[in-house]
Amino acid sequence: MGGRGRGVAAFSFNVEALGITRGSMPEAMVGPRPLFPNTESKPVPLRDDEGEAYMLALKQEMRCTMQRLPHNIKPLAAKADVERYKERYNKQKQLNDEEWTPDWNLYPKELRPQVKRTRTTKPAGIKKPSAKDAKDVLNKLEELEKNDGAEEEKSDDEKPKTKKTAEGEEEEDLEEELEEEEVEEENDYIDSYFDNGEEDNDDGDDGEATY
Amino acid sequence: MTAQEARLCGLLLREHFGEVVEKIGTHLLRSGAQNLRTIVNESGTPIDLVKKSLCVLMKHGACRFSIGRKGPGSPVEYQASCERILGILRYPRYIYTAKTLYSDTGELIIEELLQRGHMTMSSIVKMVADRLTHNMEEGRSIEYNEVVSTFSKLVETHFLQRCPPVSEVVPPVSTAPTVPGAPAAPVSTGPPTPESFSDCYLVPSVSLAGRGKRRRSGEDVVLDQGTTKKAKTDLQTHGDEGIYWQVNFERFHLHFRDQTIISAVASKLDQTSSEIVRTMLRMSEVTTTPSASCTQALSANEVFRSLPANYSISRPVLDQYLTLLVDDPMEFVGKTGDSGGGMYVVNLHKALTNLARATLESVVQEKFGSRSARIFRLLLRKRHLEQKQVEDFAMIPAKEAKDMLYTLMSENLVLLQELPKTPDHAPSRTFYLYTVNQLATARMLLQHCYKTVANLIDRRLFETKESKRLLEKSQRIEAIMASLQASGAEPEQLTEVEEMISAPEKQQLESLRHHINKLDSAENQVDETIFLLKSYVASTARITR
Repeated sequence: MGGRGRGVAAFSFNVEALGITRGSMPEAMVGPRPLFPNTESKPVPLRDDEGEAYMLALKQEMRCTMQRLPHNIKPLAAKADVERYKERYNKQKQLNDEEWTPDWNLYPKELRPQVKRTRTTKPAGIKKPSAKDAKDVLNKLEELEKNDGAEEEKSDDEKPKTKKTAEGEEEEDLEEELEEEEVEEENDYIDSYFDNGEEDNDDGDDGEATY
Repeated sequence: MTAQEARLCGLLLREHFGEVVEKIGTHLLRSGAQNLRTIVNESGTPIDLVKKSLCVLMKHGACRFSIGRKGPGSPVEYQASCERILGILRYPRYIYTAKTLYSDTGELIIEELLQRGHMTMSSIVKMVADRLTHNMEEGRSIEYNEVVSTFSKLVETHFLQRCPPVSEVVPPVSTAPTVPGAPAAPVSTGPPTPESFSDCYLVPSVSLAGRGKRRRSGEDVVLDQGTTKKAKTDLQTHGDEGIYWQVNFERFHLHFRDQTIISAVASKLDQTSSEIVRTMLRMSEVTTTPSASCTQALSANEVFRSLPANYSISRPVLDQYLTLLVDDPMEFVGKTGDSGGGMYVVNLHKALTNLARATLESVVQEKFGSRSARIFRLLLRKRHLEQKQVEDFAMIPAKEAKDMLYTLMSENLVLLQELPKTPDHAPSRTFYLYTVNQLATARMLLQHCYKTVANLIDRRLFETKESKRLLEKSQRIEAIMASLQASGAEPEQLTEVEEMISAPEKQQLESLRHHINKLDSAENQVDETIFLLKSYVASTARITR
């Protein structure tokens, strides 16, 4: 390539067609650009009429309300060893009178939570190797089913019994893992949540927009 | 679904639904349709949290489920919808529009529905009546019937619609593998739109008699014990179980589009012309399909008859106004014939195009100055120009014109088109033309807008986090003040509590509030630009399909 001596900038086509002459090129960039470059022109100020002010208030209120609704799912926080006073104080602020139970007709069946089964006797029969008779295992399962029958009336929706046994047989392995978590989430889907009225000394904080 | 959109969706989900839902939602957005097991494995969240998040997302319409791609036997797949999540930005605008059209009752109905996704009519009516009663003065309460009538009006004008019924095509999971070859129910190719069901806008006949209940703070302690138990066993069916209502966003968007056109006409011409255009749009509301590029033709006689009573202009004056509108370069109104005193249409697509173009020009002007804007406008009108021609037409000296063109090019607003004269593309014998592609530039600006809003939200969260301690302190003090006032304390106690916050802290709080209000307000206003650009892009895509 001609013209490539001593770091001289040369292009492979005639640059005059674009209107660039040698001297008018800006100097080469050295290093990354600044993080917050200077802007020559400042942005136009925001509109500030009453419609905007109203929508602003609406937005902040809505954000605040939606954070308190039961839709807002908090991650399972690890319980500290000592329950701090702050936690009890914070719990009172939640909208506990609105338990949310979705209408299960609208969602696929697999999203329903497992109803917690009472394990009155540890099913040693299932744990032991297959030396145990298969019949005994089935009998035990029927017993557990009967225990479940009492439990089921508490839940909102009626699931078909056959479906439950089918599910139960498939997902027994998972159930033990699920159980610990279900203890904590029992409040959300199952009816037996009891509100003893302690949390209702809510102050008139509802009107304030929190940030 | 771009990176900017994904980031913005994540932030919106976090703010409104919490971090768990954010994680699941962004995972679904990034990876497309997935079934439950894959989501659990890939996102690393416990399965019950995943289930809950999916329920929340589906309730709000941000996610939908369908049969797996492998056929009727495969597990259910979930798919998140980016547009619906981005629509959360626009909630305040929907509520405000409902307020202007249907006053407080309508506003509360829309607000409750937006917050909860979808609900039955009876629950909405009860909740809204209670809220309205709560805000009224003592002794007055609102009848359910009033709320029902507002609800019916909203449904009649199609602002609310029924949720499409979920087809029970989804087979139960446990029996799936046993029947591989059996014929299953027909799988729908795409998600059914709510409007494909004939009962979409049918208000059910519901027996709702009663008044709103005022929630008294003192009685709550006693009442709640009773009501929580009672609510579960109280199966007060009103005859509309299973019929869920949701907000019809498309209708709101049509309304916003009309409002934008009317206000553009008002600011460009005058109030009377905007009233004429408003009348024309109102008359063609029911006859025009949402995706039409212009309204149905209306004769000048009809327009004259339908003008609002307080705008009594004479017939010749109306004709003059219509001629003015037709001749305007923004092409809002077009003339399609001469029968009936002249047949006129409102050019929706052209209006959107021109409004988008005005937005682009304004952006260039604010960012780069008025002379660069002049070059930009020139290129928009003249399509392709050479370097020399740009300098001549824009009447800007050569050096500065070059500089501005290269700045615009580096921002991808202006493109270079090569036009070879000879087959060997020799540079000395090639034309180099500058051009602007309006559609591509609009898309690019739309992405910039998403990035802007995401940055605004980020900054707001950062500011809140920085001053978290101060905010908590001020909240606690307000709570103490409120409880003191409620229990009737003396002024000295109140001032003592007030002084717990020092003056510089108060100032800091004030400036923090000011910043956050500004950031929030900026989000709302950027959303208007987003709406305009998105409508333009969507309208162009429909036309060219």
